[in-house]
Amino acid sequence: MHTKAFWPTPRRLGYHMNWVGMIAALVVCFWALVAVIGPMLSPYPPGEIVDFDYYGPISAKLWMGSDYLGRDIFSRVLMGARYTVGISLAAVCLACISGVVLGMTAAVVGGWLDTGLSRFLDALNSIPSKLFGLVMVAAIGSSIPVLIVLLGVIYTPGAYRFARALAVNINTMDFVTVARARGERTGYLVTREILPNITGPVLADLGLRFVFIVLLLSGLSFLGLGVQPPNADWGSLVRENIGGLPFGAPAVLMPSLAIASLTISVNLLIDNLPVKIRDRSE
Amino acid sequence: MQNLVEIRDLKVQARSDAGRRIEIIKGVSFDIAEGEIVALIGESGSGKTTIALTLMGHTRPGCTITGGTVRLAGRDLVAMPEAGRQALRGTEVAYVPQSAAAAFNPSQRLMDQVIEVAQIHKLMTPDAARVKAVELFRALALPEPETIGQRYPHQVSGGQLQRLAAAMALIGGPKLMIFDEPTTALDVTTQIEVLRAFKSVMKLGGMGGVYVSHDLAVVAQIADRIVVLKGGEVQEEGPVEQILHRAAHPYTRELLAAFEPVPYASASRLQAETKRPILEVRNLVAGYGPLGRDGRPLKVALNSVSCRLERGQNLGVIGESGSGKSTLARAISGLLPPVSGKVLLDAHMLEPEARARTKDELRRLQIVFQLADTALNPQRPVGDIVGRPLTFYHGQKGAAREARTDELLDMVRLPRAMKHRLPGELSGGQKQRVNLARALAAAPEVILCDEITSALDTVVAAAVIELLKELQRELHLSYVFISHDLSTVQAICDDVMVMLNGEVVERLPASRLQGGAQHPYSQLLFSSVPKLDPNWLDSVPPRAAAL
Repeated sequence: MHTKAFWPTPRRLGYHMNWVGMIAALVVCFWALVAVIGPMLSPYPPGEIVDFDYYGPISAKLWMGSDYLGRDIFSRVLMGARYTVGISLAAVCLACISGVVLGMTAAVVGGWLDTGLSRFLDALNSIPSKLFGLVMVAAIGSSIPVLIVLLGVIYTPGAYRFARALAVNINTMDFVTVARARGERTGYLVTREILPNITGPVLADLGLRFVFIVLLLSGLSFLGLGVQPPNADWGSLVRENIGGLPFGAPAVLMPSLAIASLTISVNLLIDNLPVKIRDRSE
Repeated sequence: MQNLVEIRDLKVQARSDAGRRIEIIKGVSFDIAEGEIVALIGESGSGKTTIALTLMGHTRPGCTITGGTVRLAGRDLVAMPEAGRQALRGTEVAYVPQSAAAAFNPSQRLMDQVIEVAQIHKLMTPDAARVKAVELFRALALPEPETIGQRYPHQVSGGQLQRLAAAMALIGGPKLMIFDEPTTALDVTTQIEVLRAFKSVMKLGGMGGVYVSHDLAVVAQIADRIVVLKGGEVQEEGPVEQILHRAAHPYTRELLAAFEPVPYASASRLQAETKRPILEVRNLVAGYGPLGRDGRPLKVALNSVSCRLERGQNLGVIGESGSGKSTLARAISGLLPPVSGKVLLDAHMLEPEARARTKDELRRLQIVFQLADTALNPQRPVGDIVGRPLTFYHGQKGAAREARTDELLDMVRLPRAMKHRLPGELSGGQKQRVNLARALAAAPEVILCDEITSALDTVVAAAVIELLKELQRELHLSYVFISHDLSTVQAICDDVMVMLNGEVVERLPASRLQGGAQHPYSQLLFSSVPKLDPNWLDSVPPRAAAL
């Protein structure tokens, strides 16, 4: 299999990746790109009514039809990508960073810190996430920072549990014992000895959690608690245009497809992450 | 007469994950006659297990047989369809794995697992199979042969489990038995029992056998012929006597040389110093679990252990698994804080817990672990691993640290280019050298070596011992050398301490190890070490029932 010499294929970089993973990676990259430059490409301002008909069909002028007010769905999906991908990404980073740091520290320090933290986060985990989100948004009101922090907090206990379980296993390895015998502090043990050995699974978990957050955010938006009009993420687009479902309007199908393609691709990507080629005989 | 097994020009290829094909067996040929036991011997990576597996028509994932024939009782296993091979496995050819503990299902009774082969091949009724299994248990000298089958795997010892694995292989009445390092994971006193059982069963059944091992002395007891392998090729082949006494190939001689006990006397012994000891342990008590009412832990692993190590000398600690020898190293280093007793380093008392000790105390006392695989962080390059103690203890950074790392790698005879490799890309012996280099980086005075050669091949282990001696001469180190292998202890230690159930049963100088032991347990331990004499196994009296 020969591509152009300068083309950085996974194999050339020392990684092996199957075609399912590559396709999924392409879809994910596509949506990430759309989130960044999408609004620049949109043919109409997302809030402007451009069609006299509502739930209009796909046409040369309106690539994805029009919504319940006659706005261009294509422009609105491009705009929604920014909210859906952006909020979810920020929230998943928040959840995973805090979860992983707390999890590793709890595993290394052990004792009361571990017990206290674990019970507290378990208690948080026991509240149903949609209900918790609903109550919190109702109490504080909805804005983008609130949504990010809320989604982050909801998914922190899961990330903590996952990271702690991995770190506990690494913690019993001899090289950690050697570092302890050397007299290393907790900070060094966590960042240098444990973290490099759990990054693989933690990244996979990050991808999975991203999908959950996209779905929860879409769910909250569908209930009217997420991103507020006139802005809209994909979940709000589905909600706004749910009335078009009996007519099979592209206005409701397209955002749904966008959610599905992003979440399924992220899932497939983390199931087929590139594997480092460990050929020792070369 | 036709041989039971005829291997002709066998070639096996493996596929690396970069897609390249590597030949790992390069045209091997040998025969096994009816009732003959052939030993395959060689270091790890020499292809001995791969060849043994082809006798069942099996290769590990990623490997394929690319050429040659493997004939078992006249039928070619390579050309045979998979269904045909499956019919043969268990009935014509059977396999005893290295780790019986991993080969048994922990949630099924032993009897059900032993007779499973007979059920799969519909050889006999379950009742008949059980009767046969009990006969095999008896033949393998298992205790309580009538009822042992009702137990679960965790309820029998490692040596018993290994014999049960043999019973599982024997139940189908195979013509050929494959033993894949069956005693490597066992203590010497257990190994001798297992070997004895295997030998008598094989003689009784008149079966052919393949015995894979890296231990020449073990092989000498059980095999009729030895095939020496290296790099996927046969180096030398011949009857046991010939290989042991008239070895022609250099590699075989190297293997034999690694067996010669090298009497050892450290340089400082001659000076007859009577200064204060560098390390002294007084009445150390340590264990696991919560403290009881009497102030002792639930499970006492060290019961009032005392020892002393003179500067520039080496102390050997030997005992079986569970004797508390590794716990001693952990207690001295403060990883498992002792409940009572004192550890004195250079007449200065150390805190029981490593965390409470000063950096300098930690630096002077380093510990090296058995499994270099787990003792090196797999995600960090060798240069980082060796360099960290330099930064931590001596505050070295940048070019100074680089230069010192290079020196340390030279010291343990590793190429400097290894700095950029990850531990997973090194061989077992190289990993153990990195492990040592890390301890040396601290510039210690005492190194606790916890079974550091046990996971290595004979020749590699001998090289590591040589290295330790050299380093001692240059850096005036003192070692506490913990091992279950008597010959390595003998090769490097001045004094030897025998441990049993957390207590020291005997102390004696290394020179008096042979014949000087007074305690019955030490005598048993020393007499259980296999010798290169093929008649050794038959000459050792069976283990005293009292112990």
